[in-house]
Amino acid sequence: MALPELAAENGARLDDPARETSPFAIRGLTVSYGGAPAVFSVDMTVVPGSMTAIIGPNGAGKSTLLKAALGVIPRLSGRVSVLGQPLESQRRRIAYVPQRASVDWDFPTLVLDVVLMGLYRELGLLRRVRRAHLDKARDCLARVGMQDFADRQIGQLSGGQQQRVFLARALAQEAELYLLDEPFAGVDAATEKAIIDVLKSLKAEQRTVVCVHHDLSTVTDYFDRVFLLNKSRIAEGPVAQAFTAETLQSAYGGRLATAQIDQLSLG
Amino acid sequence: MLDLGYNATLVMIGAGLLGIAAGVTGTFLFLRKRSLVSDAISHSTLPGVGLAFIVMVAFGGEGRNLFGLMAGSALSAGIGLLCVTWLTTRTRLAEDTAIGAVLSVFFGAGIVLLTVIQNMSAGRQAGLESFLLGSTAGMLRIDALTIAGGGALVLALVVLLRRPMTLSAFDAEYAASLGLDNRRIDLAMMGLVLGITVVGLKIVGLIMIVALLILPPVTARFWTERSDRVVLIAGLVGGVAGAGGAVISASAPALPTGPIIVLSGFALFALSFLFAPNRGVLAALADHLSFRRRVHLRQGLLALAQGQPVYEALTLRLLRRAGLIRRDGVATDAGRAAAAKALLDERRWQLLRADLASETAAARYDGLTPIESVLTPDQVATLDRALRPTVAS
Repeated sequence: MALPELAAENGARLDDPARETSPFAIRGLTVSYGGAPAVFSVDMTVVPGSMTAIIGPNGAGKSTLLKAALGVIPRLSGRVSVLGQPLESQRRRIAYVPQRASVDWDFPTLVLDVVLMGLYRELGLLRRVRRAHLDKARDCLARVGMQDFADRQIGQLSGGQQQRVFLARALAQEAELYLLDEPFAGVDAATEKAIIDVLKSLKAEQRTVVCVHHDLSTVTDYFDRVFLLNKSRIAEGPVAQAFTAETLQSAYGGRLATAQIDQLSLG
Repeated sequence: MLDLGYNATLVMIGAGLLGIAAGVTGTFLFLRKRSLVSDAISHSTLPGVGLAFIVMVAFGGEGRNLFGLMAGSALSAGIGLLCVTWLTTRTRLAEDTAIGAVLSVFFGAGIVLLTVIQNMSAGRQAGLESFLLGSTAGMLRIDALTIAGGGALVLALVVLLRRPMTLSAFDAEYAASLGLDNRRIDLAMMGLVLGITVVGLKIVGLIMIVALLILPPVTARFWTERSDRVVLIAGLVGGVAGAGGAVISASAPALPTGPIIVLSGFALFALSFLFAPNRGVLAALADHLSFRRRVHLRQGLLALAQGQPVYEALTLRLLRRAGLIRRDGVATDAGRAAAAKALLDERRWQLLRADLASETAAARYDGLTPIESVLTPDQVATLDRALRPTVAS
């Protein structure tokens, strides 16, 4: 006899089969800075091998959602699972690219050293950095077109170049799931192209990519799925279904003029 | 060579090891931008020193037992550190405010205790105030060994924790995404600083120990752009300052050890500040002057090539000294050639910068860099072919 379907208050099924196979599934995540929740009871189920954009207006909690799900900032409630397992036991499958602003740029470190930080799990506390590690770090730099900058101090790079180095560091982790926080914010055109090329190659390798994204005009070109957020989940699904005039209107409200939505030439 | 004698040699080795350990530990504090916490920790040791003395005397022991005093100071410094952490995380006070409050209250309490002790008749209290400024006078062999051993232990722990501490200092969010607990890393770092402080109290004194933690990394930063080398150089600087300062202060009876060690460290800092390549003040000045010369020369050449007059005295002087113009301001043959080359370079750069695909190369344009240093001869030839219509004329 089939078990009766269990339903949580917000409609999600508790024995959700998608959760078991999702490389990143969030259930009931709430984050609060002080009083009011910044993100309230969010469910998200990332589809394996997809490229998902998390979009929403300023202050919608996009970065907060990502950081809280990863445990970078504390959460009030909620669970995160990776392939049905608790996130904590699966961190090696995940690589995170934080916003550039999170870093001390005068820090005494060379570009290559930053990429080597991506090998932290491999190196542990005491193992020596060997030629193979250095080669791997250089390969990752080459993938983002930064191989000529390996010996520069990190603060001497332009913003876009710094962003590419961060991506190279995440590549060195050889993760299955890549979580990026606004990778295209304030970068030059060459960097934007370099980053999207790398992300598409990750997708071609069956890896999963999730980006906090702010530029609505590139959503359809870059991504195959969207997650619309404004404190709580507004819509989630393939671009064609979830990225529509109605969902945008309800996520952005009056902040997005009808004319802008028209420009996106959605169905 | 100074003939130091057995005791002074012991002190020198102890102070040197302490300096190495302090420099290395202090580097991570410096990288994490929390140097001042060490000031709160060191000042919080004083009540512990006083209480430990009173307790040891009350139980009929020797009040100046170094082990006992270190244990007491570690305990009260730990409480002080917890107060700073608690005030910063649980209230709206900023860390610098919390540090100021904790530092002054603990130090005040410690001074009161020392005054009380001075009026006690028991326990040969003389010398307890040397914990303020440090002293090597009357140091026993066991004291020196304790200091050396403690320093070595802290050093080993720093080596073990260097990677997580570096990651957390550079990019705490990324460290957290790898599953590292920044709060625990910070706590471990502060624990190590506390260890250094307690070990160094006897020689350097609690007021000066901060300098031994901060001066070496700041000095080392002048010499390198890599954190692992900052750690090594800071250890070296700390070791030299510690051992050197101890020797100097031992050579004359009236010199207080702590301040002499700190001044030795400052001497190394001042040398680095002035003479370090790249980051030193003199190197920066030389860089600036040579840069200004290059800018003026280049602008002068471009003006010559386009037949514009040059008015600036510095530009004229530089051009004349390089033999590019005559005394009356007319370009020499060499000047005309250099001017033509400068103009060609500028045109090539403009072409390169208009091309989206060569953005990385184009980003190196600064009006000064010769294009041959960025592109291969083939690439320059390609640019020249595109330029031909204008160049041929």
